[in-house]
Amino acid sequence: MSDLLTVIRKNRSSVLQDWLQGIKGGIRRRDLIDDRSLEAQASELLSTIADTGSDAKLEDFSAAAWQPAKDFLAGISASRAAQGFSPSETATFVLSLKVPLFSLIRAEWGSDPEQLFAAITTANEFVDRLALHTTDSFIHGRDQVISRQQEEMLELSTPVVTLWEGIVALPLIGTLDSARTQVVMESLLQAIVQTNSRFAIIDITGVPTVDTLVAQHLLKTITAARLMGAECILSGIRPQIAQTIVHLGINLSDVVTKARLADAFRLALERSGRAVVRSGTNGSAAASATPNPGRVL
Amino acid sequence: MDRIPILRMGDFLLVTIQVDMHDKLALTLQDDLTTRISDVGAKGVLIDISSLEIVDSFIGRTLANIASMAKVLDAETVVVGMQPAVAITLVELGMSLPGIRTALNVESGMQFLREVTPPNQEADGNQWDNP
Repeated sequence: MSDLLTVIRKNRSSVLQDWLQGIKGGIRRRDLIDDRSLEAQASELLSTIADTGSDAKLEDFSAAAWQPAKDFLAGISASRAAQGFSPSETATFVLSLKVPLFSLIRAEWGSDPEQLFAAITTANEFVDRLALHTTDSFIHGRDQVISRQQEEMLELSTPVVTLWEGIVALPLIGTLDSARTQVVMESLLQAIVQTNSRFAIIDITGVPTVDTLVAQHLLKTITAARLMGAECILSGIRPQIAQTIVHLGINLSDVVTKARLADAFRLALERSGRAVVRSGTNGSAAASATPNPGRVL
Repeated sequence: MDRIPILRMGDFLLVTIQVDMHDKLALTLQDDLTTRISDVGAKGVLIDISSLEIVDSFIGRTLANIASMAKVLDAETVVVGMQPAVAITLVELGMSLPGIRTALNVESGMQFLREVTPPNQEADGNQWDNP
């Protein structure tokens, strides 16, 4: 049925006229796109289809000859998504090409029912593919955005902060899975090397649940830090988490655990030979850590 | 290089691994180090692996073995300067090396050794410290 493509090429301008009239008469988003850009899109899509190589067939949309048309549709899909169109509105725009095509077919083969039916089937399938392609590329674009955001969240969610000279803290927020554990472990160990820290506090206040897998990941991180010569303190264990850990039979006996980050920080200061004292006699809450001259890190 | 130099510093032995360890080299080091510990009566061994970038389960086990052997010969072992990648690899291999003491760098490693080993009164002449 390559005849149909030839007929379209021949009647290009009348098809475009019909199509534009149909689009303008039908439902459209006047607030998002003006008449001129709409006409430009429609005419460019039609000419891309009509100018496709002579060996192309409407039945074989996966052929390489249709690549320019696919690229153009992807471009329309992306620009319309940016303008605020829903994917179904974009698909409707493409699907509205059916009406002028069908009237063209009726004018051409109206007297021959066999031919007429075959041509309509072909045109129908072709336009459906075009519309599906816009939806596909819309979803593809969305997926890319989602995966990029995931990566960015992964980066953002593992800050290592220096609490004091030689003491770093890693406040964990969100569930720990294998991929995140890897990032967390690497950034913590890197920070230990860079800041030359003997103490690392891992705070799990923001971790909603601790199961055996999360506990195993935590233990791995703590072991790796110990291998490098840093001591790890686990803090921020909520009462429910403590119950869960015991019920699951997780053995944290080799790890120093504290309920609050403050307690862990105090312990780290003590072990590095420092103490927090209240300054002055007026009872002000200002506290300062004084290094013990006996032990210098 | 077919052997790793072992430096003596007072009661302690210093080993700096600056090449990629292959199995034979690790075994040679194990031999040399145990011999040296018993020869000089060392009280502590410091192994600096900050230049070691590749590690496998054999090297990890050899390090653990060296520490245990030194312990039998009454010397403390401290491994210093392990790279993050090496630490992660060892953990992923399931080797947490529970018998090995670790430190961030040579300085804190030496400090640790000085703390855990009693001063050798005859050798360094510090008798006036302990009347």
